[in-house]
Amino acid sequence: MLLGLLEALRRAGLPVGPGEWLVLLDGLSKGLGTLDVDRFHAFARLCLVKDASHYDRYDRAFSDWFAGRVSRFDELSASLARSIPSEWLDTPPELAELSDEQRAAVEAAGGWDELMRQLAERLAEQDAPHHGGSRWIGSGGTSPFGHGGHHPQGVRIGGDAPGTSRAVKVWEQRRYRDLDGEAQLDTRNLRVALRQLRRLASEGRPDLLDLDDTVRCTAAAGGLLDVKLRAERRNTVKVLLLIDVGGSMDAHARTCERLFSAARSEFRTLSLFYFHNCPYERVWPSAARRHEAALDTQELIRRHGSDHRLIIVGDASMSPYELSVPGGSVEHWNEEPGLVWLQRLQNAYPHCVWLNPQQQEYWAYTASVQRVHQQMQGRMQPLVPDGVARAVDVLKQPMRPVTPAD
Amino acid sequence: MTPHRPYVTTDALQQAVDAALLLERPLLIKGEPGTGKTELAHDVARRLDAPLHTWHIKSTTRAQHGLYEYDAVSRLRDSQLGEARVADIGHYIVPGVLWDAFVAEQRAVVLIDEIDKADLEFPNDLLQELDRMSFHVHETRETISARHRPLIIITSNDEKELPDAFLRRCFFHYIDFPDRATLARIVEAHRPGVGPELLSAALEVFFDLREVPGIRKKPSTSELLDWLKLLVADDLPPEALAASDLRSALPHLHGALLKNEQDVHLFERLVFLNRRREAEARRR
Repeated sequence: MLLGLLEALRRAGLPVGPGEWLVLLDGLSKGLGTLDVDRFHAFARLCLVKDASHYDRYDRAFSDWFAGRVSRFDELSASLARSIPSEWLDTPPELAELSDEQRAAVEAAGGWDELMRQLAERLAEQDAPHHGGSRWIGSGGTSPFGHGGHHPQGVRIGGDAPGTSRAVKVWEQRRYRDLDGEAQLDTRNLRVALRQLRRLASEGRPDLLDLDDTVRCTAAAGGLLDVKLRAERRNTVKVLLLIDVGGSMDAHARTCERLFSAARSEFRTLSLFYFHNCPYERVWPSAARRHEAALDTQELIRRHGSDHRLIIVGDASMSPYELSVPGGSVEHWNEEPGLVWLQRLQNAYPHCVWLNPQQQEYWAYTASVQRVHQQMQGRMQPLVPDGVARAVDVLKQPMRPVTPAD
Repeated sequence: MTPHRPYVTTDALQQAVDAALLLERPLLIKGEPGTGKTELAHDVARRLDAPLHTWHIKSTTRAQHGLYEYDAVSRLRDSQLGEARVADIGHYIVPGVLWDAFVAEQRAVVLIDEIDKADLEFPNDLLQELDRMSFHVHETRETISARHRPLIIITSNDEKELPDAFLRRCFFHYIDFPDRATLARIVEAHRPGVGPELLSAALEVFFDLREVPGIRKKPSTSELLDWLKLLVADDLPPEALAASDLRSALPHLHGALLKNEQDVHLFERLVFLNRRREAEARRR
């Protein structure tokens, strides 16, 4: 019967192996986690989940699996499976932090103030039915305030399904949503991801005392001091970062800033340039002075050798003509279309990835994103910790030139 | 040993410690900074009445340091001075934290603190030792095995990811940020002098502050305790705190709670926006 849980967890993408499973069984046979479902939920998590960013997925998989055991549980798990736009309730006053979809929704609802006013009204209305235990912010999906979220006073919105035990609330709250690797992005976990991209090598003058070697050689020489030196180990990876600025990228400025500060502290050799929408024949060393100082992209390629790893950051959301037609740029007359320049960069830098701050679900709706994705041959990743980790995996692979897509 | 400090656990954490004791596996603890990861080991050792061996990990720590070190420099010096003890290499083997715990007369508690500070390969180098609870000393050709398998508690702040092979051998528990009731219990345990009105008002401000959107470093338990200490020392009446609505002013002595100037700026901006909004509402 328990094997169903293992399957459910593996389906949810949790790396649960037979080793962990045997530990769980071992513990159960010794009486751990068997008193009630609360304890079982906690003990199984202790044995099977090794990462706080997987807690949310574990909770959902557990509730799915548990749903089969308890009747009338289906409705609840269905409402749990939906994502909760909690950002609606606790986003800073700047709308810039919202995703495109949310911004559109906010505007459709009459703007931010209107939305907050509505929220206050609904919360006032909601009080009675909420305490009565009915599920009025349920799975209907018409309320702009989401399912199972928390309202600002900290009262949980979300139903107690009849007939379920107390334990259900533990995973119903989805407290670990923020820890999910797909969701949150801060400088620290970016640094963890980028740190994988290091190649330590001993370079330069041997000026560090190698104590172990000195002791060994001194012992071998019968006690005569024989000092050995070695060179310091440094991270020799070189990174070239191109960041899209202006227009639709303004909404992602904070994310890019975090990526940049993480990269700055991880790589000793980091070059940063800016472009707008798509790299053309010029890039800018500074985002603020982009009309004064510019660098030829050809010159950029000459100055930065092919041993650099190229990371392009942009939402790739632009007019399709920018990519395919000469003169398609919104800002200036470009002799050659964007894709030609992208191909040149790819040829110059076999190690290149494109990080897209826009949510991956919306890529399919923009033709230019599709086109760039195709041009990058799948080397476009979302700018979330998991995506950055996958991009770093690509950058770590041995050099393999990118061939034209068609 | 360590001074007696009360420690408030949750059921899940208690269960995790029980499981680690019963199944003799290392327990890996993560959680927000300031939620008492290190304190847990001190508390468990005190409750079990077991000796606590603490191993603070630094970026230069290597796995070998926890087992033993061969003090070649002393031996070299002794050999040049012609000391008799130089003949026995055993004199120059310095036992590490794990060695001490393995040979202890009773079950010991080992705290490996902030394992993520070490090099990426560090946890891999400890796999065998944690699995078998024994290791080999090459210099003296002896094997040190644990008489009683110690309870190993490992803390991590998530600065580096730990390798899968290492994680597979551990139990993992993430310490949640305590809810209001637990936090009140923690405060009562640590600062018995705080009156109920002040505590309730302070918790109100504290949780409101944690809810402020976009804040970079959320204040945690240890910051709350420091702040309360300051408030008590300042002899502030609880009404003053209750009156200071977060939307209209920075809380009293906020330096203990907000440790980051960006956070203070963000906060000031929010306060400013709120005041303006209220003023506009009044004008209408």
